[in-house]
Amino acid sequence: MADFDQELDASGLNCPLPILRAKKTLNAMASGQVLHIVATDPGSVKDFDAFAKQTGNELMESKEEGGKFHFLIKKS
Amino acid sequence: MEPKKLAIIATKGSLDWAYPPFILASTASALGYEVQIFFTFYGLQLLKKDLALEVTPLGNPGMPMPLGMDKWFPVLGLALPGMQAMMTAMMKKKMKDKGVASLEVLRELCQEAEVKLVACQMTVDLFDMEKDNFIDGVEYAGAAAFFEFAGESDICLYI
Repeated sequence: MADFDQELDASGLNCPLPILRAKKTLNAMASGQVLHIVATDPGSVKDFDAFAKQTGNELMESKEEGGKFHFLIKKS
Repeated sequence: MEPKKLAIIATKGSLDWAYPPFILASTASALGYEVQIFFTFYGLQLLKKDLALEVTPLGNPGMPMPLGMDKWFPVLGLALPGMQAMMTAMMKKKMKDKGVASLEVLRELCQEAEVKLVACQMTVDLFDMEKDNFIDGVEYAGAAAFFEFAGESDICLYI
């Protein structure tokens, strides 16, 4: 996994909380910084993809590892 | 660029139906939408400081129940005293176990994201509801005010 500036553990949280928490965390970050999100909600895979497309933040990586979903989002 | 707009009319005051307006409103805000929810009739219950919402299996054949009760338990039995409270407690526990946010949390997130919460003044008067029982930050307006926003919206939902 590439480098990141902040991490958000959204394990155990269900829709729409991972997205809402991610948005809140991104708000406090600077443009160009990268957020690493860990989630267990299987719906989050499509949701983070859609979130990135609609907000203009770049989804750099999306993968499943050890039964958890990992996302890297670069703030636009 | 002008943000997209989502207008929602929330008309239902049960625990289960309270979720869609708050989930969609909070998510849309996170995606950059400007959101307004117009609460009318039983939907006004969602604005109370003390959310005492319940879920009922009555008249709701689609509601999954423990032990496959929805298949064999007589419908009349669902009207027994305490049944609604029991179902409500079970639903709340299940939601907590599955990491589904409480309504209080979702509503707070909506307010933080500046979702505009509008109460239907006519229904407030009709049901003799006290504004003191509603959360802070609620606006009071009528149908015409709703259309001012909804007419410009990209998505308009009736829930």
